[in-house]
Amino acid sequence: MKDIIKILQQNARISNAALGEMLGISAEEAAAKIEKLEKDGVIKGYSVIVDDDLYDKSTVYATIELKVTPQRDCGFDDIAKTIMMYDEVESVSLMSSGAYDLAVEVKGNDLKDVAFFVSERLATIDGILSTSTHFILKKYKEKGIFIDGEEPDERGLG
Amino acid sequence: MIDYDKVLSDKIKSIKPSGIRKFFDIAGTMDDVISLGVGEPDFNTPWAIRKAAIQVLERKHIIYGPNKGLAPLREAISQTIEKKHGVKYSPDKEIIVTVGGSEAIDLALRGILDNGDEVLVVEPCFVCYAPLVELAGGVPIPVQTKIENNFKLTLDDFKDKVTERTKLLILPFPNNPTGAVMTKEDLEPIADFLRDTNIMVLSDEIYSELTYGRKHFSIIELEGMRERTIYVNGFSKAYAMTGWRLGYVTAPEPIISQISKIHQYGIMCSPFISQNAAVEALTSCDAEVAKMVDEYNIRRRYLVGEFNRLGLTCFNPEGAFYVFPCIKSTGLTSEEFCERLLFEGKVAAVPGSAFGDSGEGYMRISYAYSLKHLMEAISRIEKFLKKLEAEKNEGKNCG
Repeated sequence: MKDIIKILQQNARISNAALGEMLGISAEEAAAKIEKLEKDGVIKGYSVIVDDDLYDKSTVYATIELKVTPQRDCGFDDIAKTIMMYDEVESVSLMSSGAYDLAVEVKGNDLKDVAFFVSERLATIDGILSTSTHFILKKYKEKGIFIDGEEPDERGLG
Repeated sequence: MIDYDKVLSDKIKSIKPSGIRKFFDIAGTMDDVISLGVGEPDFNTPWAIRKAAIQVLERKHIIYGPNKGLAPLREAISQTIEKKHGVKYSPDKEIIVTVGGSEAIDLALRGILDNGDEVLVVEPCFVCYAPLVELAGGVPIPVQTKIENNFKLTLDDFKDKVTERTKLLILPFPNNPTGAVMTKEDLEPIADFLRDTNIMVLSDEIYSELTYGRKHFSIIELEGMRERTIYVNGFSKAYAMTGWRLGYVTAPEPIISQISKIHQYGIMCSPFISQNAAVEALTSCDAEVAKMVDEYNIRRRYLVGEFNRLGLTCFNPEGAFYVFPCIKSTGLTSEEFCERLLFEGKVAAVPGSAFGDSGEGYMRISYAYSLKHLMEAISRIEKFLKKLEAEKNEGKNCG
């Protein structure tokens, strides 16, 4: 299972035949394994990694640190679930830092968009004590893929 | 004007430059070529090793160090070999840390050979053996392994080539370029034969950590073979440490005490920073090596499957990071095939003939590349083969 996930993380569009070869199994077996991983919920979906500089220059990303009062009985889950319902939100994670509790990645059409979302949508949720917004200036690597071009191969031939 | 032709030794002038190099000098000048040629890992040296080197730079006085290598490193090498093969070498008397595996090979050859001594060189093999034998005054006698035996060495391959001048058998397994490995059962008949002779073995086990599906077995484990084997290994391939230039040679004390003189006068000692870092490699990096081996294995299975699908029959290599598909079905020689693949298909691979006559009809494909890179290369090779096929059919129609 580890190998199959590792390969799909590098290239989720790989054919079942090639995947099977890499794993030393048939294409049908590879397809069945993927189907099982999807059914079991191990694989949640497939996405695409885009270079926004080439695709849509105006898109803005920000990471927002939230300090939150944990709720009785459900801790941070309730607030996290509220936050993740918004389309603008790309990811929500509970952090162990102490300085803040939830890290939220937000995508917007422009700076104003994100600023509005933070002040009007996030900051107003009950239990959120403070927000700290960091705009992302440039992405170098995402999900293991180099966004900013790959290093040239300088190896010899020994 | 000075006549350099008269200045240079006849011996060095007679040595041919590496066949790999020649080919890739052309590839280097071309745009948009993707290479499957390199013989070094695409992974970076594990961080723990690099960090150890940084600490040495920060905290230590960078000195020569002992001729045979740093004591803790020799100790770690001794323990590693004992753990893997159950064979003990004395850290003080039976180990020299060298500048890569290649220096270890050179030391062994220069220490063993007198003028005219014959060395059995198992082919296909890495390009350095025959020239180094010649430089040491010896005569390389090629021993050709065969595809029917999955490029393993059999006693029949070399029995008839043994003469009273035969001093050494070079045993390069896991093999570059074929990826062939030798199991205990494969080595036993060879050891049986050698035990009654004065022939030494130079066992180049630089790819010993990179095997798939079975653990590497060394000839030193067989009865009576430790005393007649010069064992060579290094850090380049297993730990992705090519640029650190570090290898080692182990052998019985009478041999090490003599060949250490060559190292002493010619090299003095191996790089101090690299040696310190290498202790870290041997003591704490098994998990990193295992991770790299897993990744190589995925690529290996993919390439073997794809080449067979494309009709370039490819036996299943169990070691190193090369596959060795057969290109005879195209009707071209390996040099012609690789040259056309380079110019027309924009993929650089090394012709099998660069590794000895028995490599003719094959090409060496390295999988020290990302899957993405390999998949692109395969799609180009597929296109190129279709083009060759179309040409063939056209030829038929005209004829």
